[in-house]
Amino acid sequence: MKTFLDEVNERIDGVPIQRCYHCRKCTAGCPMAFVMEYNPNKVIKMIQMGKKDQVLGSSTIWLCASCETCITRCPNEVDIARMMDVLRQMALESGKGAKEKSVLAFHEAFLSSIRSGGRLNEPMMMVNYKLKSGDLFSDMALGLDMFTKGKLSIFAPKTKDVASVRKIFERTKTA
Amino acid sequence: MKVSIYPGCSAHGTAKEYSQSIEAVSHALGIETQEIDDWSCCGATSAHSTNYKLSVALPARNLMIAQKKGLDVMIPCAACFNRFKSAQHHLEKDKALRAEMESIIGAKFTDGISIRNPIDIIANDIGFDALEKKVVKKLEGLKPVSYYGCLLLRPPEVCEFDDYENPVLLDKILTACGADVKKWSFKTDCCGGSLSISRTDIVAKMVNKLASMAKEAGANCIVTACPLCMGNLDMRAEASLKMPVFYFTELLALAMGLPGPEKWFKIHITDPMPLVQSLKLM
Repeated sequence: MKTFLDEVNERIDGVPIQRCYHCRKCTAGCPMAFVMEYNPNKVIKMIQMGKKDQVLGSSTIWLCASCETCITRCPNEVDIARMMDVLRQMALESGKGAKEKSVLAFHEAFLSSIRSGGRLNEPMMMVNYKLKSGDLFSDMALGLDMFTKGKLSIFAPKTKDVASVRKIFERTKTA
Repeated sequence: MKVSIYPGCSAHGTAKEYSQSIEAVSHALGIETQEIDDWSCCGATSAHSTNYKLSVALPARNLMIAQKKGLDVMIPCAACFNRFKSAQHHLEKDKALRAEMESIIGAKFTDGISIRNPIDIIANDIGFDALEKKVVKKLEGLKPVSYYGCLLLRPPEVCEFDDYENPVLLDKILTACGADVKKWSFKTDCCGGSLSISRTDIVAKMVNKLASMAKEAGANCIVTACPLCMGNLDMRAEASLKMPVFYFTELLALAMGLPGPEKWFKIHITDPMPLVQSLKLM
């Protein structure tokens, strides 16, 4: 039977993560470590120890900002940024959802806007995000300021062949 | 020179001043741009966070359209640039993925065109001397720090651009325009990117740090080439730390005496006009 470590390594399709010798360069350079439940190098250790539920249920994987500082500096070329993507995807596929619900709500609102128009419609995405997250009132003054200044375009042009974009969404569907 | 341009979704919305200034500056520097036919979104962070194949397929659709023209693609948005470079990297090294993507999208992937960002094109193809010759109003008194953020540079073997820990091309471009560029150690630190909306609290802490470090370096403004960095620095820093943030192309246009800056500066959230007027740059 495949271990959690095997699954993660297979999906990263690069250097096996057990090559990590915990120098903590990734954690030292991680701009999000200050809010993470588990530091990046600790996540690697937890995967090796088979702590699947804890890792996939953690806020760490959703707070990673994909800045790629970790992979840039890792002396062993462990692709931690890709590992975080893989862990997020595994969390979704396992039906676990996301501990950081607002982060996932943002991604869903973003992708649903692309699926509908081929391109992101920023104001529509924001409305959709607010409905999904329940966070209705934040940024109201800022939004109004942006709208008054003409920074938001409700009628931004769409992709004409939006069917080709929807086909991509259909054919790459995972969960 | 002739390039295809991929404007990206923010070009019509929150980053319209970037998109309009890049067009103006390109035209003035003799870079002819042709928009990629019927382009679609690159998927950004949301696609690669949730679905690997989707994150390759969305930029790949645009890459395959661009490849028909055979021109290099200029991508002003750092986030789009990163997604395109990454997709191209995966498609070039993974033959099975390439075949799968061709079947999903219904088009062929061919090698041969480069994905480039405007800093690279202006620094390496136009050159600092040629740029300096176009400057009609030196940006005297402007003390910017250049802020690259993450997505133009990392990972370096994918982005293949500038020094990834201490990039210098943007500094040199601004120096050519007569600005007194300040040194600082936060050029490539993260602004929080797409967490801006979902975890505003965290992003605020990150941009406050950037803004206060810029101040400490003696800067009076921050210069960026990324709509996400711009949005976060312009909107999320606390009032006492806020300083004007510019797209580098807005400043190029100002230095080259092109029309537009007045209109663009009006849509910034942190008003840059007091600074620009006090330095008599406008």
